[in-house]
Amino acid sequence: MITAFFHKLSSPKYFYGIAGRWIPWLGGACLLLTLAGLYQGLVVAPTDYQQGESYRIIYIHVPAAWMSLFIYMVMAGAGAIGLIWRIKLAEVIAISSAPIGASFTFLALITGSLWGKPMWGAWWVWDARLTSELLLLFLYLGVIALYNAVEDKRTASRAAAILAIVGVVNIPIIHYSVEWWNTLHQGPTVTKFDAPSIDIRMLIPLLIMAVAFKLYYVTVLLMRARCEVLERERNSKWAQALVTGK
Amino acid sequence: MSHSSLTQAFGLLLKRDLVLALRRRAEMVNPLLFFVLITSLFPLGFGADTSLLRAAGPGLIWVAALLAALLSLEGMFRSDFEDGTLEQILLSAHPVSVLVLAKVLAHWLVTGLPLILVAPLLGVLLALPTQAIEVLLLTLLLGTPVLSLIGAVGVGLTVGLRRGGVILSLLVLPLYVPVLIFASDAVATAAAGIPITAQLYILGAMLVLALSLAPLATAASLKISLS
Amino acid sequence: MSLSEFLDMGGYAFYVWTSYGIALVLLLGNLLLPIFHRRRLLAQMSRRQRRARAGAPGAHGTPRQNES
Repeated sequence: MITAFFHKLSSPKYFYGIAGRWIPWLGGACLLLTLAGLYQGLVVAPTDYQQGESYRIIYIHVPAAWMSLFIYMVMAGAGAIGLIWRIKLAEVIAISSAPIGASFTFLALITGSLWGKPMWGAWWVWDARLTSELLLLFLYLGVIALYNAVEDKRTASRAAAILAIVGVVNIPIIHYSVEWWNTLHQGPTVTKFDAPSIDIRMLIPLLIMAVAFKLYYVTVLLMRARCEVLERERNSKWAQALVTGK
Repeated sequence: MSHSSLTQAFGLLLKRDLVLALRRRAEMVNPLLFFVLITSLFPLGFGADTSLLRAAGPGLIWVAALLAALLSLEGMFRSDFEDGTLEQILLSAHPVSVLVLAKVLAHWLVTGLPLILVAPLLGVLLALPTQAIEVLLLTLLLGTPVLSLIGAVGVGLTVGLRRGGVILSLLVLPLYVPVLIFASDAVATAAAGIPITAQLYILGAMLVLALSLAPLATAASLKISLS
Repeated sequence: MSLSEFLDMGGYAFYVWTSYGIALVLLLGNLLLPIFHRRRLLAQMSRRQRRARAGAPGAHGTPRQNES
């Protein structure tokens, strides 16, 4: 039954319908979690003894950075699936993810800058983590640019997928950069395997925001993917039937 | 009808590309000239302050090498794409990745190797100490093949596009940055007299990684571009 | 914590609120873009279909000369 579900899901028409039904629920859940996370993070969580109130940028900065890496892996993975098995939906998911990932990367960089200025005294430093995150932004933009440069959408998807896959080497560099190099950027605090070195009252809103951002990503991904599917299949019967009633 | 072995095919393709390149010697000189000019422009721009040159030298030479490599990339598959040879290569019975490796090797011999030969002269222009110049040559030896190999993937993806040259830089430069970082760091560290084994190992690792994976990615890209 | 203390963020108001503000703009923008895009697509498709049914040259689904 599960395989039948995935088989049906890969049909653009079925996906369009199902995604349309899920979006409001995912969006609603995202909104609730975001509000809860913001309340916990901005109002309930205590003041940091070292950084004062400026640390609250963490509730945007860190989830955004996590998303920038996560979305890239999804994009590369979906791209690989689309490349190997020629599944249209995989191609759609890959290219729909790119602008969202780029936005989160940009957000991580900018909020990091706004956090770094009062803390380190500099808007930007060329340390390993910031540099590799900036590279990640360029990789995203490259994938988007390449996709838009090729006329045929299926060829474009395959070219973009190759680029995305080649760029995967950057991901471990970003993640481990703070361990491999002596950087100005904070070391790993949450993903260490022993107890994280952050106060639990500050950790909870962080995790809530992380989940909220994931729900946001899926919501917007489904919205963009529906548009992409509609554009690709605009001459098909089911798509034409959508507008006949209007 | 005789079928050539893979080694023969590799050798034939390599020889052909080299002969063709040597016939258009003027085109070979362009990236080299670019490399020399860019590197020379900086002392002229900064004034002859040797301490500044010595500090900036390693990075500068490597950025210039990078840009020269970028400049020369377009020619890798362009003429073969236009006259249909590329299609023939893709249709051959031999694995495309190996044939691609032959083309990349030819490209490096024609564009990367001259950079290495000219680099000592530029090191002197930028007042680099001797041990730094030796390390510069070593990093160029390890790094320029990586630039050709990674560049080949980018060229493969953009060879069929109308304004591919613009996008090529955008695609390839983020992937070039790690090479730049480690190579210029190696030269700067050597200039300060500190051992640089770590950086060399990492550059070596990048070369091995690029050698094994880039031809496969390039072959896949070419198949997509010519589909 | 009073409202004015909250807004002041211990003196870091500019940094904190700019961060949250940019986040809001970016995330809202990403949310709205596909909504408008989908509406535009459906409008385009509907126009094309009406023209095709009216029997214009450039039949079912294929764009005419001066169409976007």
